[in-house]
Amino acid sequence: MNFLNNFQRILRQNIREYGMYIALFVIMAIFTYTTDGIFISPRNISNLLNQTGYIAVLAVGMTLVIVIRHIDLSVGFLAGFLGAVTAIALVQWGLPVYIVIPMVLVLGAIAGLGTAFLVAQLGIPAFVASLAGMLVYRGVLLLSTMGTGTIIIPNEAFNAIGNGYIPDFPDIGILPGKHKLTLLLGLIAIILFVLSEINDRRKKQAYNFEVLPMDIFALKLVFVSLLVGGITWVLSGYNGISWTVVIMLVIVAIYHFITTQTVLGRHIYAIGGNPEAAELSGINVKKLTYVVFGSMGMLAALSGILFTSRLQSATTTAGTLFELDAIAAAYIGGVSAAGGVGKVLGSIIGALVMTSLTSGMNLMGIDSSLQYIVRGAVLVAAVVFDVTTRSRGK
Amino acid sequence: MNTPILEMKNIVKEFPGVKALNNVSFQVAEGEIHCLVGENGAGKSTLMKVLSGVYPHGSYSGEILFAGQEQTFSGIHDSEIAGIAIIYQELALVPEMTVYENIFLGHELRNGPLVDWNETIKQAGEMLRKVKLNVNPAAKVKELGVGKQQLVEIAKALSKNVKLLILDEPTAALNEDDSENLLNLLRELRDNGVTCILISHKLKEVLAIADSITVLRDGQTICTLDAKGGKVSEQVLIKHMVGREIDNIYPARKNTRADQTVLEVKNWSAYDPKLGRYVLKDVSFNIKKGEIVGFAGLMGSGRTELALSIFGNSVGYQLSGEFYINGQKQDFGHPQNAIQAKMAYVTEDRKAKGLILIQDIKQNITLANLREIANNGVVDGNAEVKIANEYKSSLNIKTPSVEQKVGNLSGGNQQKVSLAKWLFAKPDILILDEPTRGIDVGAKFEIYTIMTRLVEQGMSIIMISSELPEVLGMSDRIYIVSSGKITGELPIEEATQEKIMHLATN
Ligand SMILES: Nc1ncnc2c1ncn2[C@@H]1O[C@H](COP(=O)(O)OP(=O)(O)OP(=O)(O)O)[C@@H](O)[C@H]1O
Ligand SMILES: [Mg+2]
Repeated sequence: MNFLNNFQRILRQNIREYGMYIALFVIMAIFTYTTDGIFISPRNISNLLNQTGYIAVLAVGMTLVIVIRHIDLSVGFLAGFLGAVTAIALVQWGLPVYIVIPMVLVLGAIAGLGTAFLVAQLGIPAFVASLAGMLVYRGVLLLSTMGTGTIIIPNEAFNAIGNGYIPDFPDIGILPGKHKLTLLLGLIAIILFVLSEINDRRKKQAYNFEVLPMDIFALKLVFVSLLVGGITWVLSGYNGISWTVVIMLVIVAIYHFITTQTVLGRHIYAIGGNPEAAELSGINVKKLTYVVFGSMGMLAALSGILFTSRLQSATTTAGTLFELDAIAAAYIGGVSAAGGVGKVLGSIIGALVMTSLTSGMNLMGIDSSLQYIVRGAVLVAAVVFDVTTRSRGK
Repeated sequence: MNTPILEMKNIVKEFPGVKALNNVSFQVAEGEIHCLVGENGAGKSTLMKVLSGVYPHGSYSGEILFAGQEQTFSGIHDSEIAGIAIIYQELALVPEMTVYENIFLGHELRNGPLVDWNETIKQAGEMLRKVKLNVNPAAKVKELGVGKQQLVEIAKALSKNVKLLILDEPTAALNEDDSENLLNLLRELRDNGVTCILISHKLKEVLAIADSITVLRDGQTICTLDAKGGKVSEQVLIKHMVGREIDNIYPARKNTRADQTVLEVKNWSAYDPKLGRYVLKDVSFNIKKGEIVGFAGLMGSGRTELALSIFGNSVGYQLSGEFYINGQKQDFGHPQNAIQAKMAYVTEDRKAKGLILIQDIKQNITLANLREIANNGVVDGNAEVKIANEYKSSLNIKTPSVEQKVGNLSGGNQQKVSLAKWLFAKPDILILDEPTRGIDVGAKFEIYTIMTRLVEQGMSIIMISSELPEVLGMSDRIYIVSSGKITGELPIEEATQEKIMHLATN
């Protein structure tokens, strides 16, 4: 059986990469079984994705920070604080949404550059610099909500970011009860994916490079298409794709592209692999440290906006432990603490694993004390898997 | 031959895509110095790692007999108990620890559950006397030069009651005095009954010290030669190693030197704030188009510091003096500026400063010039593979694929990747810092040939080297550096080993 042999070989070679997807699949299957299918219901999946949003964007930024051998502990409360700023600007200053959002994103980037200044310019270890940031942002969050306590946001446009869904075509009788734009977008995504894969394969063949055997290649296309199709089908049965998911997809697409295709991305990974060699190769390590922390700060702001919008209010405890969830997501997704290794897509899967665990266990009515223990165990298991498959691959 | 203390039979060791050892058999007699030679990637280090248990029993096939018994080491600890000690190509000391802590690291002398520091210091002193190293055992290892660190490694091996001592390219980073020292020590150890296996690319030293020589090529044993009393000549050895004759490893040089000065440095001084002293003082020199200029000197004389200080000063020295490229005054703030001015610097320390070991060959080769294969900041992955493959064949990098991680290559092949990376940056001025360290004769010849070709195309090369024959064989002109100063300049016609050594040590 040539096909089976090929399949086994390719699976074994890429076990590290596919491992996470398999793990996510297994976790989802288990919860679907234990909750009699409630877990996989359109409503729950839609909720689950919306909950993942604010951790996922942090995990994307955190991936790059860890890749360049740093860490940022300040992002949780930075997100919380900037969420409060958003609320204050909207409610107390009466600024319009389209001004507030860019302003908060810029503030986030500035905060990130501040951390980068301590790290790159003054040589303070990122752990310490961002720990200080965490304390400070927590303080200013409390300070800014001291007078008012929870700030409720009555702005519909803003709250749609965390709770709204993309619009649909008017009902014309076909596919009743389904969200048609969602289905259309899913279809477009599948077509684009298939075309770009075929195009890529042609180019590689033109250079005489090795490509996947035809049958495996076809299998891969079918599998991914089914996956995307399945998810959009499920989502279209509820309200369709939410704005949070749209934002998450855009961020992932941008960062995935930057890290895998661009000079900037390659330079970032080079710094993580060997900072001295990178510097001598003409890469400005300091500058890129600013870029990475700046982007982290901006994503923290985005996370704060998503969370605040989802709750339709800013609270005094917003952002608590976000940074640790993001770091855990990155590690589950295969980022290496030694630097230079890690993928944005992996971290997103890591974030999905974390929220699936929470969501599934909530549905099962498991006490939160036990939930923490399970999440800790999964984190360790994921990293053990990563480390062992990595050393075997050598 | 005496009774063999070690017999390795039919050893086969495979890595994904590479058969590093293909049925190697290897015998070492008791009480001899046995040299192991062969091209880069021939499998020397791998064979020694099999022997010492780094690759445990079961991960290779074949048989190991040591001291008359079949051995199945499952880790380096087992081989140490059997009396085998290995000193790796890269030193494995902890720089922040003291000499005595390092010597007994991993087999601490105990008094009950506690470390017996007094006994440790006393015994460390004895070991240091045995290797004739006169340093305070309480000094930190990082304060010692490489030569002394090497001796500490040997002291460490001796403290484990070693019967068979393996040294993988111990002299690659040593100057001639330190090397000579080390070789004498090995002779003495042999006379005291310690058997030694020595891997080296310095054939002169191999011929001077070996009782027997085994040649490996492409993972196979080619032959074992009896080398006592100068029975083997260098020519013969080279022929066994590379499979063809190389009469003169320095290719014929045409005079390619033009009158145009491409690089001029005037009154250049560098103060190192970390060390709190000047590492370069009032250095002036110039480089003409199409010439190879050798920078000779002892290790630590300031040549690497000189290169780094003009190549964008990434170390952060406080500089004074002037520096011109093609007559234009330059003030580089970052290596990036130097690369833009068409300079390139191939470091002497490829692992720490040159390569990204966790990335693959193609990514390393393109790193310093990624924009060349990028459109609007997007890297063309296919073009990258193509370029990497071109360098793989033109520099003869031995690897199944350019997608192999650089950390998995043999030392010499890593050096070639490091060179390829900077050739791809297409410089006009190429600084080579110890370009052939750890490289086999065949590859040396290739690198010299490439250098010759490059200057014929109008490139200028600064070659920093501690190997005098290489400096004399390749340079058009030689500067001698000593304690951060240029102590002499010799045109090649007037240069001799004696003159250079004299200037380098004054
Ligand atoms: N961990 C590894 N993974 C894959 N290939 C490896 C690994 N270690 C060594 N090799 C390959 O095995 C071959 C033998 O390597 P080895 O390090 O033994 O060479 P060597 O004779 O010591 O060379 P050098 O003189 O350059 O040090 C090389 O082709 C090398 O690329
Ligand atoms: Mg080696």
